[in-house]
Amino acid sequence: MLTRRLFLSDRGGMVTLALLLALGIVVPLLNLVVPADSPLHVSTYTVTLIGKFLCYALLALSIDLIWGFGGILTLGHGAFFALGGYCMGMYLMRQIGARGVYGNAELPDFMVFLNWTELPWYWFGFDMFWFAMLMVVLVPGTLALVFGWFAFRSRVTGVYLSIMTQALVFALMLAFFRNEMGFGGNNGLTDFKDILGFDIQADGTRIALFLASVIALMLAYVASRFIVTSRMGRVVTAIRDAEGRARFSGYRVEAYMLWLFVFSAMMAGVAGALFVPQVGIINPGEFSPLNSIEQVVWVAVGGRGTLFGSIVGAFSVNYAKTWFTSSWPEAWLFALGALFVLVTLFLPRGIVGLLRRRRAGGDA
Amino acid sequence: MPALLFLLALASMPLGAQETDAGSMQDTLAVEAVAPDFTASIARLGGGNFSERREAAIAIADSGDERSLNVLTALLEGRLYTASAIDAEAEDAPPRVLLAESDADDAPLRDILNNESAGTLAEVETRRIPLNNALRGTLRNLIARLSLADANPAVRLDAAKRLLAAGTAPELAPLLRERLDAETDDRVRDALALVLALAETNDDTVEVRIAAVEVLSGALDPEVRARLAELMANDAEPAVQRAARAALDSIQTRIEFYRFAENLFFGLSLGSVLLLAAIGLAITFGVMGVINMAHGELIMIGAYTTWVVQQWMPNHIEWSVLVAIPAAFLVAGLVGVAIERGVIRFLYGRPLETLLATFGISLILQQAVRSIFSPLNRAVSTPSWMSGSLEINPVLSITWNRLYVLIFALIVFAALLAVLKKTSLGLKVRAVSQNRAMARACGVRADWVDAMTFGLGAGIAGVAGVALSQLTNVGPNLGQAYIIDSFMVVVFGGVGNLWGTLVGAMGLGVVNKFLEPWSGAVLAKILVLVLLILFIQKRPRGLFPQKGRAAEG
Repeated sequence: MLTRRLFLSDRGGMVTLALLLALGIVVPLLNLVVPADSPLHVSTYTVTLIGKFLCYALLALSIDLIWGFGGILTLGHGAFFALGGYCMGMYLMRQIGARGVYGNAELPDFMVFLNWTELPWYWFGFDMFWFAMLMVVLVPGTLALVFGWFAFRSRVTGVYLSIMTQALVFALMLAFFRNEMGFGGNNGLTDFKDILGFDIQADGTRIALFLASVIALMLAYVASRFIVTSRMGRVVTAIRDAEGRARFSGYRVEAYMLWLFVFSAMMAGVAGALFVPQVGIINPGEFSPLNSIEQVVWVAVGGRGTLFGSIVGAFSVNYAKTWFTSSWPEAWLFALGALFVLVTLFLPRGIVGLLRRRRAGGDA
Repeated sequence: MPALLFLLALASMPLGAQETDAGSMQDTLAVEAVAPDFTASIARLGGGNFSERREAAIAIADSGDERSLNVLTALLEGRLYTASAIDAEAEDAPPRVLLAESDADDAPLRDILNNESAGTLAEVETRRIPLNNALRGTLRNLIARLSLADANPAVRLDAAKRLLAAGTAPELAPLLRERLDAETDDRVRDALALVLALAETNDDTVEVRIAAVEVLSGALDPEVRARLAELMANDAEPAVQRAARAALDSIQTRIEFYRFAENLFFGLSLGSVLLLAAIGLAITFGVMGVINMAHGELIMIGAYTTWVVQQWMPNHIEWSVLVAIPAAFLVAGLVGVAIERGVIRFLYGRPLETLLATFGISLILQQAVRSIFSPLNRAVSTPSWMSGSLEINPVLSITWNRLYVLIFALIVFAALLAVLKKTSLGLKVRAVSQNRAMARACGVRADWVDAMTFGLGAGIAGVAGVALSQLTNVGPNLGQAYIIDSFMVVVFGGVGNLWGTLVGAMGLGVVNKFLEPWSGAVLAKILVLVLLILFIQKRPRGLFPQKGRAAEG
């Protein structure tokens, strides 16, 4: 019954999961086993790039959950992503130990540079991996809980909520740019050395992080699918389509929304935590409102309200971005802007919607 | 002897305008007979002892020559030098007296008498004319007397202010009393009274000192405060100490008041910028229910229009801003109409999609500006009537550009209000915003009204860009910096209510500026955002929510 509910009724999802599984098996093999001079060899750079896309896909999935099913257009999901990333970054900073430029075993370089003498209280515990991983979900989750509790309780909805989320991410960006915050200010956290004792630059570690991203994305997909097909998911969809009616039917709208929002934020946090060791840096730029809104476009391009569509969207938009920024950088913003306009005007259901329509047309 | 004659002729070779026609020696001698001779006194400055120099200085001051003030000031500041005469053969020729423009080694030197350039300090072998304290006192006195007696009230006021800035000068008291009695200009009188009071705080009589302190209690200048603090601590007479304390307290209260006024002005100025940025948004968001994320870029277009206008009329910068206002309104308005006709009209009733589409437009506009102009900031010049500041008193001064922008913002607000309330377009806009179907049924072309409303909102954004170009850098990111703040203003004030936008903008501006000294600029901004997020909890529809059926939509 559960299998049917989760997988069989969801053909696109099945295909996506199968592709992810294949990616998870083939890419490491082509990287590690196939010799470097073979045309089939996948370079570590490409592995890291795909790993980055996987993290973005996880983030897009979390946005689709709250936007596609909850109907809340969040323009600040980058905040949860970046907070998860910062938690991971803090752990990685502590792992540097005395190998920093200043050789201080206790303090990260930027704190020595600022003449700080001891670690701020909120940095304690981040030398332990389990604690950092707990924070990766707890910090974004708590922020979402507090923000969402205030927002949903007083029935802030629609564009107001969108603008509030944007204000949130903007405020966090301003805050993290400050050196006094103790998160490295403008430069953020970087120069990482090891993770769990393994060299972060080594091919093996990269593959492990890549696999972790694949597994996280697949698990998150199944979990999201579980949620949206559960009774709660149905209620959430009902709230999206007719909030007043759901409320008058006796459902506690704010509780459902809050739960979904917190879960989505935690997923975004995990995505950030997997992202940081692969790209090797986290800085306040991740909080920029532009990033958050770009993430929404991944979902819109893929097709919102379908879950797997967000994964398709994240991969395709980011692939396009990589191509543009390397071969035609001036045109990227034009292309992205045009994408915003064209998708909203002509593809309200995204790529997935286009495929479905074509299939429906072919059948008829 | 011929050499001496030649030198004398050279020395008396005039350059001052009134002397140019004094060609012969005879005339020069005739002048000397009436007033102490300027030329001869200058020569005496160079040599001799301190008392002779003192007499020379007095003679210069009495000569009535217009160069006297400059020479004496330079002497006091140690910028007068002597150098041997050019003609080495003339053994008993007086040394040249040279005036340096500053203390720097490469400062140009000029001969006082004929105004000829004489190289620089580093090039010429010179000796600074030495001073002692008695001579300095005399000089100060002479300079003050000369400048306070000037025919031009502005010069007199300047001199009085300079005396004030120089601090207490007890030896000037008699001179000041004399000038104060003779003075006719009120502002100069006030300034002189302060200088005199400052001087009298050194008087031997207790009553005079107390009276002086009372006069001083009306002043805000830092020198006065320093002197009062000194009196409070050091004066031998307890009564004077008490008076000084009371005066300082009253000055402190007034300073705090002016600081408050200054903060308030800066807050209102920030508020006026927010108002300009948000008011166009309030129309499109409030009246049409459309979220225009490209609003910031329309502001940017207005600012760039100002720049382009200034490129076209580089010789009329004074007027360029006035030309730019209608130009920016038109350019931004047309772009706005194009956006509405091209994209937004297909998305009515889908606010979240509109938000994304207009955000895409904002990216395209930004990149377009980057490609057409440059990614770097453009320098927009400020007309002279907008630069500088209005000094109300030593503590409070207001920059003209901020004041003009504040006034301009209010004018734009009033104009927009008038358009919406008094014109037929305004009537139609309100009708469509309240009930689109009914308005159409009554024969209002809703499509056309939408395009015009959007164009109006966009045009106002362009006008805001002109104002912003006078306050901040004009670059491709100009719009982004304001878009979030403008949304905050609209949300805070309440959608669909222009008065709410006014109160919201001014309120946020003032709160921001009052938090700033306490917490720093960035933290103030964060705090305002957090406060706003909390405020929205209490009043989800802003300060002035729409009431009635329209609000349910």
